[in-house]
Amino acid sequence: MTTDRPAPRVRRSDDHARGVALPGLLWVPAAAAFALIALPVVGLVLRADWARLPDLLLSESALTALRLSLETAAISTVLCILLGGPLAAVLARGRKRWLRWIRPLVLLPLVLPPVVGGLALLLLLGRMGLLGRVLDTWFGITVPFTTAAVVLAQTFVALPFLVVSLEGALRTAGDRYEAVAATLGASPWLAFRRVTVPLVLPGLASGTVLAFARCMGEFGATIAFAGSLEGVTRTLPLLVYLERETDTDAAIALSLLIVVVAVLVIAIARPRGADGLR
Amino acid sequence: MRLRALAVAGVLLLLVGCGQGSGGSTGADSATLTVFAASSLRDTFTTIGEHFEATHPGTTVRFNFAGSSDLAQQIVQGAPADVFAAASDTTMKTVADAGRTATAPALFAKNALRIAVAPGNPKGIASFADLARPDLKVVVCAEGVPCGDAELKIEAVTGIDVQPVSEEPDVKSTLSKVQSGDADAGLVYVTDVAAAMGTVEGVAFPEAEQAVTDYPIAVVQDSGQAALAQEFVALVTGPAGQTVLQEAGFLAP
Amino acid sequence: MTDPWLSARVLVRRPAFTLDVEFTAEHGEVVAVIGPNGAGKSTLLGVLAGLLVPDGGEIRLGDRVVTAPGLHVPPHRRGVGLLAQQAMLFPHLTALANVAFGPRAHGVPRAAAEARARELLAAVDAADLAHRRPARMSGGQQQRVALARALAPRPELLLLDEPLAALDVDAAPAMRSLLRRLVRAERQTALLVTHDALDALVLADRVVVLTDGRIVEQGPTREVLARPRSAFTARIAGLDLVPGVALADGLRTADGTTVAGRLDGVAVGEPAVAVFPPAAVSVFAQEPKGSPRNVFPVRLAAIEPRGDVVRLRASAVPGGPGWVDGLAADVTPAAVADLGLEPGMVLWFAVKAAETAVYPAR
Repeated sequence: MTTDRPAPRVRRSDDHARGVALPGLLWVPAAAAFALIALPVVGLVLRADWARLPDLLLSESALTALRLSLETAAISTVLCILLGGPLAAVLARGRKRWLRWIRPLVLLPLVLPPVVGGLALLLLLGRMGLLGRVLDTWFGITVPFTTAAVVLAQTFVALPFLVVSLEGALRTAGDRYEAVAATLGASPWLAFRRVTVPLVLPGLASGTVLAFARCMGEFGATIAFAGSLEGVTRTLPLLVYLERETDTDAAIALSLLIVVVAVLVIAIARPRGADGLR
Repeated sequence: MRLRALAVAGVLLLLVGCGQGSGGSTGADSATLTVFAASSLRDTFTTIGEHFEATHPGTTVRFNFAGSSDLAQQIVQGAPADVFAAASDTTMKTVADAGRTATAPALFAKNALRIAVAPGNPKGIASFADLARPDLKVVVCAEGVPCGDAELKIEAVTGIDVQPVSEEPDVKSTLSKVQSGDADAGLVYVTDVAAAMGTVEGVAFPEAEQAVTDYPIAVVQDSGQAALAQEFVALVTGPAGQTVLQEAGFLAP
Repeated sequence: MTDPWLSARVLVRRPAFTLDVEFTAEHGEVVAVIGPNGAGKSTLLGVLAGLLVPDGGEIRLGDRVVTAPGLHVPPHRRGVGLLAQQAMLFPHLTALANVAFGPRAHGVPRAAAEARARELLAAVDAADLAHRRPARMSGGQQQRVALARALAPRPELLLLDEPLAALDVDAAPAMRSLLRRLVRAERQTALLVTHDALDALVLADRVVVLTDGRIVEQGPTREVLARPRSAFTARIAGLDLVPGVALADGLRTADGTTVAGRLDGVAVGEPAVAVFPPAAVSVFAQEPKGSPRNVFPVRLAAIEPRGDVVRLRASAVPGGPGWVDGLAADVTPAAVADLGLEPGMVLWFAVKAAETAVYPAR
């Protein structure tokens, strides 16, 4: 092929990476891994009853569950930031020796089956639980079967996602900027607010996205700890599980809804989030 | 080193996983009978299975206990079952409609609802009407789940409006909320109360008769062990099986 | 006599290293701290800034004690500023916000803080960078803004940790003259860590030489650099130095060789150093005969071009004197060609007694 004009000098950025060769062998397992993730979703899409989809998604129970899921996931994510942010900072910067025994414990909800997490929450905050008994007899507060229980269960399972990604960002950033801020007269609190937080914002953003996504998908801990009641504790995943028993089409439609929400969250947050861990 | 071991384990797992399913029940001497049965049948069917193995030397009975609708879906999708025992007519109908039953379903037991309460019945619950008391935390099965449908039927018949704090996806989940003490009462089956004796107490109520659950059993289509499967069904519906079932609280069909 | 404005006694013990120094500085004085890598310079600055807690000692700034046993004033309440090798500008803030950060941290209202920041940005010739973020500035520009930022809160003491070391040769002179203008001329009390004799000469009133965690020399910059007493200082000052004991007409080295020279304020038998400039060294391929000069055999270790001269770096030859190791001789490029010089050759260094000063080692 010939052209009158020379090829434009400006190249796309991925062309510049040509120099470093990727071993061709990696493509095979990489493709298998992608297929393992993508094909089930394709199956979901193909199997869906598209004609009934609008009715199924706009049903009262579906909308109620979606709203409850979004609300509880949003509150849980804020809780994750308010509680997990400081925890990440303490883990990354604290100089106490015993802190290194704390870190593995923080990761527990990541490796525990969520149902176990729900059981553990029940043993703590259930009506017969260690703390729940006190709350019930002294204040008449019972946590299970409330929306608060859903939020607690979601926060429990999602916290490590935020803590881990934020702690990584804090460690990568180091504390040299904070030292400079101190020599300029900034108190530790001011340095944290004006220097540390802005510096780790990308890490915080990706952690927040992960935590929110985890909250939206939470099932096991919720069913064990919070129960399942429309409008109160029945989030989207719980509704999917329930519908699966009776109306497979409805379950598939709701699953698609969750996929769409998840993809939206990832798409919105990706440019700064997933790539932004520095 | 550890990574490599993990990789090897992963590959093995894949191979084993793919290989399974083709390992059917073959051989005249060492036959394996696969029975898919509703979770509520776990204790009774395990006993009946031992009985079957004793009278059929060389035969192994393998059980898959799960929610009836889960099992029905698995069978429709081609799971290698020989016998299917369901906790509701509708789930059996799902399998039959898909052409996956080889024999007409036979009714072998009935189950009724019972109120499970904490041992000693501290809240003094005496009737179904009590479940509407606002001071009680009541858990039920969700609509669409057999135990949930039965409860709704009773509500409809009696006109009593129960406001549950949770509608659980299965009866075991409902029972566990009472066992943990987080719910004051739960609507479960008579057999569940019997099996959980000691951790909960049952409160019988006459309205339960309005919504009795049927337990049908059938031989699955394409069973490699059709004759054995038929014999198992006969054992369940026969006097020996019925004794075991009724001792556990099931009603005669 | 009044007490010095800054007095510091600092003891830091690390497994492989101990820093144990005591020094003072007057108000408005710039003190250069020089020393080889690992001498403890950065540790010293860290302690002064309050970023490190020493194992012992006391630091007084004016009438305030900021470090003492059981007392540690945190960095943000010390009034000690820091400008390091890396500018370390906050990447998320503009130049203006970076410079205004210090005044804001001290509670200055935004408008006043920004006015001060603009004034300082103008002083460091960076007024046009006010709304730029660090990622869009050159290294030299960043370092100028960092100087403005360090000065903005009006620190009582400014620590300069090799502020020119990371700059390229084009940016360093501008930064050096800025420091002269804004630090030395403004009588900003400062401590300057440097490797460069020029920086010390241009910027510092006094020099403290730190080696292995101890002060080995200190005094007015010109005096210390003109009359080094340690091998390190001599090297920084670009002079050759031979340690030994004073004789009537020179110095005897540890291995018994005699170096002839002019005695200057040293009594016979006292520890002394013989010092001469590399330019005074003549180089021969054969041992020169019947010369009244100091002549010693060396092995040529390195040939370093330095502008219009070439510096020859010596190492010891087997059987020859060991103290020649590291001595330098400056010759013309023509001489390098004439002598056919290559590293590893054995040469003879000669220096006249009249060019060699012998003065006390302490």
